[in-house]
Amino acid sequence: MTVSRRRVRAIFRKDLREYRRNGSIVCAMAVIPLIFVLPPLINIFALPESSASVLRHGEPLLYMLGIPAVVPAVVAAYAVVGERQQGTLEPLLTTPVRRDEFMLGKALAAFVPSLAISYAVYAAVLVSVEVFAHPAVASALRQVPQLVAQFFFTPLLAGWSIWVGMAISTRSTDVRVAQQLGMLASLPSVAITSLIAYNVIHPTLGVALGGAATLLILNGLGWRMTSATFDRERLIAGTG
Amino acid sequence: MPNPALDEAGHVGNDDGAPEPIGFAIAVRQLTKKFGGRTAVAEASFSVARGEVFGFLGPNGAGKTTTVRMLGTLVAPTAGSATVAGIPLTPHNAGQIRRRISIMPESPGLYLRLSVMENLECFADLYEVTDPRDRMDHALRAVNLTDRAQDACGTLSKGLRQRVALARALLSDPEVLFLDEPTAGLDPVAIRDVHELISTLSRGGVTIFLTTHRLEEAERLCDRVAILNTTLRTIGRPDDLRERLFAKTLTVATLNPLPEPDRVFAGLPAVDSWHHDAPAVYALAVSDTTVAAPAAARALVAAGADVLSISQSHHSLEDVYLELINEEAGRR
Repeated sequence: MTVSRRRVRAIFRKDLREYRRNGSIVCAMAVIPLIFVLPPLINIFALPESSASVLRHGEPLLYMLGIPAVVPAVVAAYAVVGERQQGTLEPLLTTPVRRDEFMLGKALAAFVPSLAISYAVYAAVLVSVEVFAHPAVASALRQVPQLVAQFFFTPLLAGWSIWVGMAISTRSTDVRVAQQLGMLASLPSVAITSLIAYNVIHPTLGVALGGAATLLILNGLGWRMTSATFDRERLIAGTG
Repeated sequence: MPNPALDEAGHVGNDDGAPEPIGFAIAVRQLTKKFGGRTAVAEASFSVARGEVFGFLGPNGAGKTTTVRMLGTLVAPTAGSATVAGIPLTPHNAGQIRRRISIMPESPGLYLRLSVMENLECFADLYEVTDPRDRMDHALRAVNLTDRAQDACGTLSKGLRQRVALARALLSDPEVLFLDEPTAGLDPVAIRDVHELISTLSRGGVTIFLTTHRLEEAERLCDRVAILNTTLRTIGRPDDLRERLFAKTLTVATLNPLPEPDRVFAGLPAVDSWHHDAPAVYALAVSDTTVAAPAAARALVAAGADVLSISQSHHSLEDVYLELINEEAGRR
């Protein structure tokens, strides 16, 4: 079975345009990162030089992996039920678009902005720490392994959250409920990244590789699971 | 243009009564859809010729939309078979069918935050239309919306949104166009424009499957109509349905009541019976108006009556529809 890039791009571009003009989506994309970033950042700015040694032995900025876990879940949870609620799903499904093309377009439309936001916020945090935190604290937080982990785990976590969010979206009838469930479903990922950030789970290379492999498998399963929940008849007629 | 070879059910006569798909845009046989224990459509069989404007009428909940969804590959039939645009309706063929048809649902279903052009652009890409810019311009011109192309759909009136939905349905140059209440919410001028567009499309060979509640619309536009109320109640040309359901009637009005109407009307050629409609108005059930009307005129003059008018009674499609639906309600 071939996937039409043009149809995937049509869904992707249409969704991006919609999200950009949808106040609730823009708000979720802006507020969630702020919730993750602002309170800890204020604490970091206030840390004395003596905290640097403690920070050097932990991975405190890894808690920011919560952003790619939560933001895409909220956006993806809107993807199908949002179409359904505004009455646009039926015209869309009467076109030749295939299930995989539809899902891929939707997933990309949640993935790309989530990734951009996660990386941008991380970069902004690093710059703020350099500028406003004590130089010793800033130096302690400047860790290459953390940067690498952030770079690789952001898309993996975002991907998993998107599949979960979309699976919820295909089964929901209300956007708000879907988004709340999407957020709830992303909490286990947030919990694990927080446990690593606060050194409850010690982050070794083995843990990182194991985590990455698990997320890769979960992404594959998520794709299949979400495709399985997508049923034109049930989405249109509410039965099937 | 209805196919003259069709029988009343729209079938080509063959041995087993099955619809013959060749030459038909749509051929449906014993199509049934059940949602759990509820039957939405039961054993509907009909055919629609290529280029025909086919009206699909019925009360709310009659199964019209479900039928359109089945033919549009959105909902799988529980039983029965069909061909759409010459392709057998199977899950395997769904994509192929969707490429050849277009469905305009009752609700326009537009992306209100996107402009008219952005809405069309998305669907042109989904249909993989070649030369999308040209097709979009053509579709917008067809519905007189060129000057609103850059406006957000959310700023348009209900009527204009309906027109955008119609433009979207035209993008893929479909062989079969399913229109579900296309004039709902439109003002009279817009309705006239849509009617003209439907006629133009039909002349261009597009098969139109029109679901409507507006019986005068169906009567005006459709070559044939079907009336559905879970089961197919009737199908045929509007004129044929009228003839089939209602006896031909002549209405005679005189200045004063006739002293002995029975002597005037009884025994006239082609007059089967008569009754009073009002004190000086008589309704004559006739078998042939061209024979009965002159005979009645002569008899009235001979009886010395002052004749005001002799007219043939006309039954609208609405009369046919109500007769069938009420008859069914009476049976329940």
